[in-house]
Amino acid sequence: MSANLTLVALVGVLFAAGVYLLLERSLTRVLIGVILIGNGVNTLFLVASGRAGRAPIVGLNEVDEMSDPLPQALVLTAIVITLGVTAFLLAMAYRAGQLHEHDDVQDDVEDAVIRRRAERDEASSTYDDSAGGTMDEEGADEPAGVGSGGSASPGAGPGRQVGPEGESR
Amino acid sequence: MMLALIAAHFVAAAAAPVLVAWLHRRAFLVLALVPAVAFGWAVAMTSRVAGHGASAIEEQVAWVRTLGLELSFRLTTLSWVMMLLVTGVGALVLAYCAYYFRPGDGDLWRFSGLLTGFAGAMLGLVLADDLIVLYIFWELTTVLSYLLIGHNPERKANRRAAMQALMVTTFGGLAMLIGIVIVGQRAGTYQISAVLADPPAGDAITAAVVLLLVGAISKSALVPFHFWLPGAMAAPTPVSAYLHAAAMVKAGVYLVALFAPAFAGLMPWRPLLLVLGVVTMLLGGLRALRQHDLKLLLAYGTVSQLGFLVVLVGAGTRAAALAGVAMLVAHALFKASLFLIVGIVDRAAGTRDLRELSGLGRRMPVLLWASVLAAASMAAVPPLAGFVAKETVYAAFVDIAETGDGTGIGSAAGWTLVAGLSAGSALTVAYSARFVWGAFAVKPDVPPIGECRMPVAGFAAAPVALALACLALGLVGPAETELLEPYAEQFPPGTHEAELSLWHGVNTPLLLSVLAVALGLAVHWRRDLVARVQERLAPRADAESGYRAIMRAVDRLAVEVTGTTQRGSLPIYLAVIFVVVVAVPGSTLLAGQVWDGDVHAWDTPAQAVVVAVMVAGAVAAARSRRRLKAVVLAGVTGYGMAMLFILHGAPDLALTQVLVETVTLVIFVLVLRRLPPYFSDRPLTSLRWWRLGLGGLVGLVMAGLALAASGARVAEPVSEGFAEPAVSYGGGHNIVNVTLVDIRAWDTMGEISVLVVAATGVASLIFLITGRTGRWRADEAIANAPPARAAVGRRVHRNVWLRAGRTLAPERRSIMFEVVTRLVFHVIVVFSIYLLFAGHNAPGGGFAGGLVAGLALMVRYLAGGRHELNEAAPVDAGLVLGIGLFIATGSGLVPLALGGDVLQSAVVDITMPLLGHIHFVTSLFFDVGVYIVVVGLMLDVLRSLGGGIDRQSVDDEDVESLEPAEGVR
Repeated sequence: MSANLTLVALVGVLFAAGVYLLLERSLTRVLIGVILIGNGVNTLFLVASGRAGRAPIVGLNEVDEMSDPLPQALVLTAIVITLGVTAFLLAMAYRAGQLHEHDDVQDDVEDAVIRRRAERDEASSTYDDSAGGTMDEEGADEPAGVGSGGSASPGAGPGRQVGPEGESR
Repeated sequence: MMLALIAAHFVAAAAAPVLVAWLHRRAFLVLALVPAVAFGWAVAMTSRVAGHGASAIEEQVAWVRTLGLELSFRLTTLSWVMMLLVTGVGALVLAYCAYYFRPGDGDLWRFSGLLTGFAGAMLGLVLADDLIVLYIFWELTTVLSYLLIGHNPERKANRRAAMQALMVTTFGGLAMLIGIVIVGQRAGTYQISAVLADPPAGDAITAAVVLLLVGAISKSALVPFHFWLPGAMAAPTPVSAYLHAAAMVKAGVYLVALFAPAFAGLMPWRPLLLVLGVVTMLLGGLRALRQHDLKLLLAYGTVSQLGFLVVLVGAGTRAAALAGVAMLVAHALFKASLFLIVGIVDRAAGTRDLRELSGLGRRMPVLLWASVLAAASMAAVPPLAGFVAKETVYAAFVDIAETGDGTGIGSAAGWTLVAGLSAGSALTVAYSARFVWGAFAVKPDVPPIGECRMPVAGFAAAPVALALACLALGLVGPAETELLEPYAEQFPPGTHEAELSLWHGVNTPLLLSVLAVALGLAVHWRRDLVARVQERLAPRADAESGYRAIMRAVDRLAVEVTGTTQRGSLPIYLAVIFVVVVAVPGSTLLAGQVWDGDVHAWDTPAQAVVVAVMVAGAVAAARSRRRLKAVVLAGVTGYGMAMLFILHGAPDLALTQVLVETVTLVIFVLVLRRLPPYFSDRPLTSLRWWRLGLGGLVGLVMAGLALAASGARVAEPVSEGFAEPAVSYGGGHNIVNVTLVDIRAWDTMGEISVLVVAATGVASLIFLITGRTGRWRADEAIANAPPARAAVGRRVHRNVWLRAGRTLAPERRSIMFEVVTRLVFHVIVVFSIYLLFAGHNAPGGGFAGGLVAGLALMVRYLAGGRHELNEAAPVDAGLVLGIGLFIATGSGLVPLALGGDVLQSAVVDITMPLLGHIHFVTSLFFDVGVYIVVVGLMLDVLRSLGGGIDRQSVDDEDVESLEPAEGVR
């Protein structure tokens, strides 16, 4: 079938601008990127759904002249879902702005900690290869020292701040 | 019946917490009834499945038909023996628990359920006749064992031991699963009896059998997996007696015994099992002699005996098989008895350390004699069950050494085997003696135990009963031989006919027995010397440190992989995805001739104009540094889309797009109030060009995809045939709407569910701090609002345009807006309902109608503030969403009740008095649900992003105005 070049070009531009924005750090820009890509996808549906025609309403128009109704139903749900996603991302942007005074997506701190561990050739924070300690069906470990040959267990002492990766802060 | 018995265990396990809450420790006595009943049933079945002319009892229930999975169970002689052990020892141990635990012990509710559940899982394991079902019960016992070992998680060593047992046995279990799948696929059936009847062969089967054996030897704690079993002693003693002596660790032995008739002839089977078995037997025995904790002594003894058992059932001769099963029974009886005795000793004396126990035999003569019986059975002293079994063992292996007995084992290897078993037996005698001496003897250099709580009769009943069973079984050897014969007869006849008996005459086996007992007693006699030699020769590295090294390596690998791949940066992750999009579909586009080159510039020239505006909007939106500008420019592309839809002939889409775009713009503005006006400044780096390049490439690929998609449109569209049925079946003229609510209603169903989730997500993000609950009535706020300045001194006008308008600050009010709102609100709502009803035949429908109603609410909010919104819709948004989803789901399910399909619709024509003729389609109810969900979404978004943010702004201002005041103070 013949392709509509104008719409094809629009698909390309909307996706290019959308991806460019999506790779940004500001959540608002990411969101605008999502909206542009959404419009691009809907245009893609238009391109793929054949030539333009008359509204697919029986009785109003001849069946032969109608545009394809099935892609339209798909696009209709897509439009409304985009609204839901937009609202959700906006709420996230607002929440980020409330917490950090800006809405930039930060790098995950936990991942940076893991990367440092990898560079230092360390095992993970939850890994414990200490041996010893007493096995017994009753009683508990003594609070200090017993059975902790390796890394300190989280929350070992009061007043000592232990990070999520088991590092002292 | 078998399935019912297994299910009864799990039902009892589920009821156990309640029973414990009600009866406390005595609940165990009730729970013990379940395995006791199963035991009774097994006894009643004796004549059918054991002895001369036995046949198997089978039971099958279809489970997952599509996978051909059946809950099939089969009671054969072997599984009958295992069932007797599992249920008999299980009942005794559960009853023992009633006395073992002390009144105040916590967590009994959990423990009782787990132990009863374990009994059920173990029963299922030995009865299963389907490899997959067997595997499921196998892993169930693994998990329950893990939970029971970790009964007291307060101690780190316990947690480690539990985890170690879980890792080792699960590793074996997974290896076994692979083996099971290979066997099942090669044999064409997963039914165990069918596999045994017609064993498949080939290299793949050899590999599969080795994998099965890995599972068996890990579960039965053979070298090199043996270290988890001593660790399992962290569990309460009844658990050690049941899981880690009598039942669960026997699962591996059972598996070997089950498959030996079919696979013992395969090449790696005998070398693997016989070597590992003998090594385990010797190593376990030596280690047992080094232990001071009685429980650990028994644990290493169990390791040793498990190695022994695997040698017996793995040898694959008729005599060895008979001896193996007899030994299996004997071991379960004496080892469970000894463990239970340790539990009593521990409770009575407060210690299990044989360096501290002295003179206990005089205080507890009954227990002393019970343990003498059990230990003598372990040491193979006549006339006990252990002796009878071991005599047959020696006879079987002397046969193998002398003639090969059909195994193909050479004379030298055979005699080495006999020597290994004899040495292992001598060690068994030595640690049996060490146990009795350690627990009960008077030791001259140890002060006798002083304070000692004597066990009540019920406490001692279980171990004494088991010890007496050792004696009884020793006396009925010939009868036992006859019962076990059907299992042994699966193997080819051997050199001699094997028989379990106390007296075979003076022969090599008897000499070996005497030798082993003498040697064992000598080792015990010179125990100090043996201890010193062991001390010197003990290896520095053991299997456990190997295990730890492996675990550390796995952990390190995980850290390295995570550190390399998980960069924690959203742009990087997205970039990776887009690079893949460019690389894979992009290269496919280039490689394949997917487009025929047929193009036209546009459908109508107007398209070109709209597209030009949209392109400008998109590029400018991407370049904008100002938030609001970027949003408005993105809106330009959105409204442009609506124009394109109209030009394309899609009025429904155009209507929805315009409404959505308007709503999007408004909520953007509502949120952008609280965000900085400009995007944060970021240095213009080369990264920006990378982004631009990647964006351009993705754009090109998608444009290429669009060309390919239109080139691919060659077949007759599905929707070609929609028009006629839409009217005749769907009862609507608007095909798009009929598609949404009828033809593809499942899609719509999924979509409104997504909307509900999104709305809930929005609300939870905003009301994180302030809390969502509250009264949705505006009366209080209106009453508390300061009277308008103009009204001071004048008669308060009762009729205002918007009641809640006065809650706004005067400078934010617009009387014109309020008046207009008051006038148009109801009109818009009526229009939205019209759209809903008209949608089936003309543009409109639930989505459009709901959005229009949402716009009406939005206007109320914008004109009168958040209290006005509450005034307009005094309900919780979640309730509206829920009702909408309920109506949509309900209208989908009602046809099911009337004998139709889910979401089927019908055209209804009724003539009612007064109202006249009524014509409607039932899918309208579905559309009503959609309408309400969309209204709920809008209400939720307005209340969160509008009212919620308003309230938080007011709170922030209050805090700011308070701060200086506090500073002064």
